[in-house]
Amino acid sequence: MRPADEAELSEAIRGANGPLVVRGGGTRGLFGAGEALDTGGITGVRLYEPAALTLVAAAGTPLAEVEAVLAAERQRLAFEPADLRGLLERDGVSTIGGVAAENASGPRRVQVGAARDAMLGVRFVDGTGAVVANGGRVMKNVTGYDLVKLMAGSRGTLGVLTEVAFKVQAQPEAEATLVGEGFSAASGLAALRAALASPFDVSGAAFVSGQVLLRIEGMAGSVAYRAGRLRALTAGDWTLVEGAESAALWRAVRDVQAFAGRPGAVWRISCVPGEALAVPQALAAARVPHEALWDWGGGLLWLICPEGQGRVIRSALGERGHATRVRGDEAAPALPPLSPQVAALEAGLRARFDPRGLFAGGRG
Amino acid sequence: MDMPVPDAAILSRKAAIVARLRAVLPADAVIDDPAETRAYECDALSAYRARPLAVVLPRSTAEVAAALRVCWEEGVPVVPRGAGTSLAGGSMPSEDSVVLGIARMNAVLEADCDNRYIRVQAGRTNLSVTGAVEAEGFFYAPDPSSQLACAIGGNIAMNSGGAHCLKYGVTTNNLLGVTLVQMDGTVVSIGGPFADAPGLDLLGVICGSEGQLGVVTEATLRILPKPEGARPVLMGFGSNEVAGACVADIIKAGLLPVAIEFMDRPCIRACEAFAHAGYPDCEALLIIEVEGSPAEIDEQLAAITVIARRHDPVALEEATDEAHAKRIWLGRKSAFGAMGQINDYMCLDGTIPVSALPQVLRRIGELSRDYGLEVANVFHAGDGNMHPLILYDANKPGDLERCEAMGADILRLCVEVGGCLTGEHGVGIEKRDLMGVQYRPADLEAQMRVKDVFDPKWLLNPAKVFPLEASAARRAG
Repeated sequence: MRPADEAELSEAIRGANGPLVVRGGGTRGLFGAGEALDTGGITGVRLYEPAALTLVAAAGTPLAEVEAVLAAERQRLAFEPADLRGLLERDGVSTIGGVAAENASGPRRVQVGAARDAMLGVRFVDGTGAVVANGGRVMKNVTGYDLVKLMAGSRGTLGVLTEVAFKVQAQPEAEATLVGEGFSAASGLAALRAALASPFDVSGAAFVSGQVLLRIEGMAGSVAYRAGRLRALTAGDWTLVEGAESAALWRAVRDVQAFAGRPGAVWRISCVPGEALAVPQALAAARVPHEALWDWGGGLLWLICPEGQGRVIRSALGERGHATRVRGDEAAPALPPLSPQVAALEAGLRARFDPRGLFAGGRG
Repeated sequence: MDMPVPDAAILSRKAAIVARLRAVLPADAVIDDPAETRAYECDALSAYRARPLAVVLPRSTAEVAAALRVCWEEGVPVVPRGAGTSLAGGSMPSEDSVVLGIARMNAVLEADCDNRYIRVQAGRTNLSVTGAVEAEGFFYAPDPSSQLACAIGGNIAMNSGGAHCLKYGVTTNNLLGVTLVQMDGTVVSIGGPFADAPGLDLLGVICGSEGQLGVVTEATLRILPKPEGARPVLMGFGSNEVAGACVADIIKAGLLPVAIEFMDRPCIRACEAFAHAGYPDCEALLIIEVEGSPAEIDEQLAAITVIARRHDPVALEEATDEAHAKRIWLGRKSAFGAMGQINDYMCLDGTIPVSALPQVLRRIGELSRDYGLEVANVFHAGDGNMHPLILYDANKPGDLERCEAMGADILRLCVEVGGCLTGEHGVGIEKRDLMGVQYRPADLEAQMRVKDVFDPKWLLNPAKVFPLEASAARRAG
């Protein structure tokens, strides 16, 4: 099914008899079994006010189209959604609705928040076929419950997004990255935390292949000043990379390019930054070969290792984070387990938004 | 303002209900003497009052759970209360309700600057969260005007904002985790000191749910390193339209001040008379604040000044030192107090797309003439969150009703131009019956379904947020 608009989508859902696999471009996320429901026919940028930093787009609009429209006004999506096609060995066209449904947030999350923090409003069709609007297109809005956040990252399990409003951001005048060599994982991660605890407004903090990466963006004078102060913060062998070269470094971090094309399971782990070594240490103790890279100041750990390590990873994390398997296959579930209380609330919400269980496939 | 008729059966069982609460809580944690419960009869929306059946003041999550469980079994509505500073009636009780105040739960449980979070009990005041980490150079960003008094639990319930949210976001953008007690006493832990709690974003829907989904007893909050410095600049303009155009140009240029505050002539005059801040005599005034090192501040203010000069400002004054900066902020920060000196007033809180600013200010001026009530405008211009203050005389029969009618017209106007009914104060009882202006029945139904899941008996703060007729069947149980 490929409805052309919200009304057709509502009809399709009302008429559906079995599980649906809701997908934008199919470039990210987990998909179960069922009839494909493709949102790629519901497209178009519906409103764009550069001076209000607001853009509203139909859910099936290609991410690239949204980014091009913004770039023409020297603006961007601040949360820099990843392009995971290389990592996940997929093709297809990423849609803005898919970005919202996955809450896909890149390196700048440490400074500006996640995709959900930039989402101002949504329209969606729930499992009964009802069209629901929530939020709006203004930056401050506490009118009623925030179902925008509930839909962000819900992976199509409560309803099918048809429209999303975003707060956007001006492109900075300048961008630079401090690259630090000669760090161990422990000292590199400590350098990231020190940078994020400084007032120098770091917009990216990653540790990849033995290199510390610290990004600074803003007015040219300010970028130069902050780079100087950050360099002095932690002793090390620092070089400054600017402009397009800096941008390329962060695209690689964002898209996890280091793990693309390599065999094994890939895990995306959210953890307390100061405890970012717990999982790699547990794998090392169990003599499991693995490689890790860290983004979000250590709060996001990407891990590649042989399949079958889900239990080790999750027990090392305990209650101090959660792990999602984005690639590979094994008995341990792809999505993190939930406490019984949270699971009960989720089940209650699904029963009301999707009473016929049409969207159950998205649970992974 | 209609409130449901108190349930006579509950009122008649008061003694038994209080006795059950006393059985599970310490003696000093249950108040039922009408002379003492009177202190809880209203919040900052003081035009509306009701004496609650009883007040409970628990000291722990376990005590909150025990109190809620009793009320759940007895079928008694519960109104959660932080510090009672809601401007929307969010913690206004009904006569058949138990007020659950969290003010005694104000401890810092954990402060971790290396990982940039703090965990506090939800009764802790907003400003004292910053107080707990400022010696280490950190702060908690959301800064509602009432931050000296208001509780974090109330901030979470209303998703509070503040003057600096243009850069730092509102409560929901700075909240990492909560301990929530559901109406039946179930304790749920959601999120923690890491990004993105697993599963559905329950944290996102709890934040701003106005105490209708559960009682938040503990919160994990993002803390941020304090900027090196900040400096405001004051600009006066010949008209509201020109000031609005200047704001749009600054934002369009990609500059991101931490605050852009706007005051119109009636507000400037009142503030000047009250605070003697030395504001220029002009139609519209902007206070723009930027942060960073002295050199970074110079760089940003230079760019902002270039833009401002294109709009022929009648005054342009950069703070030269700390005292000067304080003086520039003095008038703005005393705006509500200043208006209170000269009049009774009602403070509105709609948000509009920034582009609609001139049109909306013009239309508010027309409404002011039509209703014969003066309006002063002060608001966060960078994000379009308006705070028109309608002046009225509480002693004049009919004036409050006229003021409320005019307020409703202004909020309808906000929705009409693409905005919303409330930007940071919440719906409460104040905007409850206007919800149909912004949302269709299916939209409200979807929100009410969320409450059905968290609070199936509709006992938590039940007569708020949703129009009474829309929630009637659910509240009847």
